[in-house]
Amino acid sequence: MLWNTLLLAVRAIRRNLMRSFLTILGIVIGVAAVITMVTLGNGATQSISDQISRMGSNILMVIPGQRFGPGAASAPKFKSSDVDAIKGQIFSAKWVAPVANSQATAVFQANNWSTTVTGSNNDFFPAGNWELASGRDFSETEMRSGKAVCVMGETVREKLFGKQNPVGSKIRLKQFSCEVIGLLKSKGQSGMGHDQDDSIIMPLKTVQRRLTGDKDINRITVSARNSDAINTVKNQLELLLRERRNVSANEDDNFRVMDTRQITETLTGTTKILTMLLGSVAAVSLLVGGIGIMNIMLVSVTERTREIGIRLAIGALEREVLLQFLIEAVVLSSIGGLIGLAIATGASVAIAKLIAVPYIFSPGINLLAFIFSAAIGVIFGFFPARRAAKLNPIDALRHE
Amino acid sequence: MNEFPLIKLSRITKTYGQGQAAFLALKGVDLSIDQGEFVAIMGPSGSGKSTAMNILGCLDIPSSGSYRFQGTPVEEMDRNQRALLRRHFLGFVFQGFNLLPRTSALENVELPLIYRGEKASVRHAEARTALGKVGLTGWEDHTPAELSGGQQQRVAIARALVTRPKVLLADEPTGNLDTQTSEEIMELIGSLNREHGITVLMVTHESDMAAYAKRIVHFVDGKVDHDRQNGEQS
Ligand SMILES: Nc1ncnc2c1ncn2[C@@H]1O[C@H](COP(=O)(O)OP(=O)(O)O)[C@@H](O)[C@H]1O
Ligand SMILES: [Mg+2]
Repeated sequence: MLWNTLLLAVRAIRRNLMRSFLTILGIVIGVAAVITMVTLGNGATQSISDQISRMGSNILMVIPGQRFGPGAASAPKFKSSDVDAIKGQIFSAKWVAPVANSQATAVFQANNWSTTVTGSNNDFFPAGNWELASGRDFSETEMRSGKAVCVMGETVREKLFGKQNPVGSKIRLKQFSCEVIGLLKSKGQSGMGHDQDDSIIMPLKTVQRRLTGDKDINRITVSARNSDAINTVKNQLELLLRERRNVSANEDDNFRVMDTRQITETLTGTTKILTMLLGSVAAVSLLVGGIGIMNIMLVSVTERTREIGIRLAIGALEREVLLQFLIEAVVLSSIGGLIGLAIATGASVAIAKLIAVPYIFSPGINLLAFIFSAAIGVIFGFFPARRAAKLNPIDALRHE
Repeated sequence: MNEFPLIKLSRITKTYGQGQAAFLALKGVDLSIDQGEFVAIMGPSGSGKSTAMNILGCLDIPSSGSYRFQGTPVEEMDRNQRALLRRHFLGFVFQGFNLLPRTSALENVELPLIYRGEKASVRHAEARTALGKVGLTGWEDHTPAELSGGQQQRVAIARALVTRPKVLLADEPTGNLDTQTSEEIMELIGSLNREHGITVLMVTHESDMAAYAKRIVHFVDGKVDHDRQNGEQS
């Protein structure tokens, strides 16, 4: 019986090509959209996590304000004296690197390239897991006097110098010229097309004096001596900074000390929300596909009801008719689901490459989208048929 | 063959609708039909011919009364048993043909054999033979849309006879056809009765078509008005 019914279902699919095609199309679009969105979102989240784990271990990040973004602007920035105080008073802190950022265009001969200029000290390199490919880091004198020297990332080297070694050359930044004293080893692309190698590092004082024009420090990266010391360092940082920033006992911190886990959560939070958002938009398209299928089924319900009437009159059992329609619905939505899956995989791999996030195959979402599509096919394809199969054959035959 | 008539209806009634809107379409029909008969059912429009046919064909159920098919009470059967009765003993030809659209003549004729669980090779052979009997050799791959009305009705007849049914039920089989085609179809139905011994029950309101039958049952207002052998004067 199953074999024969399968034959009937396949014949019904074949002779209603347009209907079958539209049904499949609805599911293909929905499934492909959901899987692609969620896969890319997961990839983006993963790439941010990877980036943070590459940042170095036992890292704490101190930022003004309670979170990243606009709210932070009102909170006072850190000063060099804060950095000195941390170094002087928190003994479990191994590296303490201030960061003052500015955007600037670097020029060498006929080439120019706009990049991020970071002002810091030599702790910046070990704290961020940066190694020098050639040259050296800053000398005491250079840092104290704010001399125009810089260490550049691989991308800036490539844009300005091509394959040449930049160490010893002079580049122009805004109005001043700056000697390249070191070249960083490449870390490569990180999440969402952010290129970590696209930066120039200079002594803090140089950036403050020549680029930002103030004495602000945007954030401080502190690394603990070992993983056991992280919490101690964190508590001490909070006490010290509350005192230095005159936060009274009943006020909340106007800064935040984040460990790697919190940094990860903060940064991946946005992409996770984005993933959910895109995923639900895509889920809506899956639903719309389903409604499209329902529409097609309803339009053809007169024809199908008469078909059911004919089958019943000829001697088909109710359950044979139902099984045929069930198989039809499952076959169509499975084909749709599989094509959707294939398209989603292709699109995800391609787009992931394009926006430089890792492609992560997630069996969960693939399975979920597939099962959901099958369910939609069955619900919208099968239930109208069920009603018809329960009719007296003559009522089904007379349906109009 | 056995002591029962093939078909026996006793005091069959059929009510459509309920309450105020209830309409009594059959008001107590008694009818007995033997194996091998060719019966035409005639009568004015609305007299209950189709209603009686649908009950005879187990496509619909009576409101009261008893229907025995080869002695078995049909009113005691469930849906599935009635479906199996149709599958094994009955063949239908409708006024509106009722073929599956966009489906070849061969596949339409094969359909009842699929439900009977026949092998593909048997199905194809039998369906071709049946199409041959109705004069449609060479038209196997045509869909209903590519066939004339008369040809479609031939396909429907082939579909009905491919299972070698005991009874062929035809409700105005020539109602949608022109006179010449109607006569060809009637010849075909008549030959099935004569040569294969298939019992034929046919509704028609044309006396030309009823003339092919051996017995004529007249319906008036939901009842059998008179019942005579063809050729007798009423
Ligand atoms: N499904 C139905 N619902 C309500 N009334 C019906 C239905 N089918 C037939 N009737 C009524 O029953 C009566 C007999 O119909 P029918 O058996 O089709 O007559 P005939 O075939 O002799 O023309 C008619 O008055 C018709 O209007
Ligand atoms: Mg009628």
